[in-house]
Amino acid sequence: MRTDIRLFQLNSFALPTATEATAQLPAALLTEGLELAGRTASIDSCSVHSELSQRWRDQGVLFGNLEQLVREHPDRLQKHFENPVVRSDIDLFSALSAACWSGGTLLYVPRGVAVTEPLHALAGMTDGGVDLGRILVILEEGAEATLVCETASGSETDGGLHCGTIELVVGARASLRYVNLQNWGEQTWHFAHQKATVDRDAQLQWTIGALGSRLAKVNQHVALVGPGANAQVNGVMFTEQRQHLSYHTLQHHEAPSCHSDLLYKAALQDHSRTVWRGMIKVDAEAQKTDAYQRNDNLMLSADARADSIPGLEIEADDVRCTHGSTSGRVDDEQIFYCRNRGLTRREAVRMIVTGFFQQVFDRITIESVRDSLGGAVARRVREYD
Amino acid sequence: MSETLRIDGLRAAVEGKEILTGVTLNIQRGEIHALMGPNGSGKSTLGFAIMGHPAYEVTGGSVHLDGVDLLELDPDERARAGVFLAFQRPMAIPGVKMADFLRHATTNVRNPERKEGEDLISMREFRKELREKMEQLRMDPEFARRYVNDGFSGGEMKRAEILQMAMLRPKFAILDETDSGLDVDAVKLASQSIADIGGSEMGILIITHHDKLLEHNRPDFTHVMLGGRIVESGGPELAAELHSQGYDRIREKYPEAAAAELAMQEEAAPVS
Repeated sequence: MRTDIRLFQLNSFALPTATEATAQLPAALLTEGLELAGRTASIDSCSVHSELSQRWRDQGVLFGNLEQLVREHPDRLQKHFENPVVRSDIDLFSALSAACWSGGTLLYVPRGVAVTEPLHALAGMTDGGVDLGRILVILEEGAEATLVCETASGSETDGGLHCGTIELVVGARASLRYVNLQNWGEQTWHFAHQKATVDRDAQLQWTIGALGSRLAKVNQHVALVGPGANAQVNGVMFTEQRQHLSYHTLQHHEAPSCHSDLLYKAALQDHSRTVWRGMIKVDAEAQKTDAYQRNDNLMLSADARADSIPGLEIEADDVRCTHGSTSGRVDDEQIFYCRNRGLTRREAVRMIVTGFFQQVFDRITIESVRDSLGGAVARRVREYD
Repeated sequence: MSETLRIDGLRAAVEGKEILTGVTLNIQRGEIHALMGPNGSGKSTLGFAIMGHPAYEVTGGSVHLDGVDLLELDPDERARAGVFLAFQRPMAIPGVKMADFLRHATTNVRNPERKEGEDLISMREFRKELREKMEQLRMDPEFARRYVNDGFSGGEMKRAEILQMAMLRPKFAILDETDSGLDVDAVKLASQSIADIGGSEMGILIITHHDKLLEHNRPDFTHVMLGGRIVESGGPELAAELHSQGYDRIREKYPEAAAAELAMQEEAAPVS
């Protein structure tokens, strides 16, 4: 068994209630230097803040608390709930999310509207709290937006439960940049089903950063449903102590002439573990598919473990699908070389780890996100003997 | 008081096998010393032992820089104290730009008391100096944006090492076969660069097989290493002699060291 959740006790958690909304919001990591079109914040699934600049409201953009907005705009949102992107019957957690979700964030961008500044959503959790947030992003035909989401606990040591869903609907010729940073406290359970559908000639750049949680079990699914769709999936993970992060990714090519490119990189410290199981699935009608997946792992201690399991399932006969995976330790000779130039051991390891992630950072086009994510990773690198 | 790197009876072992059997050598700032010797005589080991490579265990003797016991210091503290080793085979650090690496290194070496997380030297000042040094070494400015030694040719790596030496301005530099793997023109360029950078400020120990690197860096002293110790020292004429005539005379003259060399080679050879 790669990911053991027998210690998880659902009974020890209660549904979130509105009374906890007075708690202090955790600090956002990724907003520094960003001019935002709007922002939302919640604690334990309760909305505590929501704003969207008038300019975008005037153009019909919806952004804010999903629970509230779905009541106000059933005309536009009902069909998505009748036919959700993430099915409820996948497992216990998808069912729990479908039945009990609360709070959450909605971004809806009407046809042809390009939101030029990023939007930011912060979901905080109190120690021992529960977040059942759901994120729904709908970009109608030709729309453009950048959404940066962060989830964080009040303190690094906090526990709690997140069981959530992310649904991204990228319409024809639309373009979405979506960043999701998971930075829960180290005792928090994190279960999530995430899926994007990318339609004809649309673009999706989906970047995940995973730093927190005790155990994370995430299914990330990108469905290329219209010809010419293009998806880039980036992952940055840094684990420590006894953290266990498990990511199952699926690049599902349902339509012809689509392109998908996945790059997941993980650096592991202490006794931590990561599991990446990646699948490229190409349907019979998805000819001219161009798909790539790669996972690189950097082991910072002898006790860490990374499982890397790429997979291909191809039914079409005119495709290009490739994958790669590497796992290795930081080279002592590299460290000595850096120390010989005056860097301490820890500075050396930080530099090597930052360099390891550079390939992913190079793909993140939002400078502040790139710098903050790089900084957050570097801060965690500890000194080993 | 002139500053001295004082190596006294240094012994060092790798995996329990003694490679250095007592090296004594004094280098003053401003002097150039050539260290020659056949393969496996311990030249590179001397460099690594002085710099504190964890695989090289010092089993005796001492190394002092102006009275400071270098062997008591961590490798990065030794660099900050003012010693530098240009690697024979520099390590690649993918994803880390040369300029970022060097800015960090330069800051640490110039402010030996700097604590982690404290400010780096100003980007403007650093860039200006780096640009000047690269011009001096006739290097393409693009070089600074490339990842450290990643995909560098042999010649590029060696020049990058010289560039780092130029930025770090050590009191003492050990150049470990900075000519190896280079063609004649590249060696010439390296030789010229070392002369430009070194000047009268630096004490330099040049480890080499050939006298080409010494063309622009006429050694004040030449030392011959055999069987893990320095058996003979002389002036520049000794380097010329060894280059043209090899080590036969040395082996004959120092049979004990030659025997030790033979023993080391046999130990190192795989069991047949």
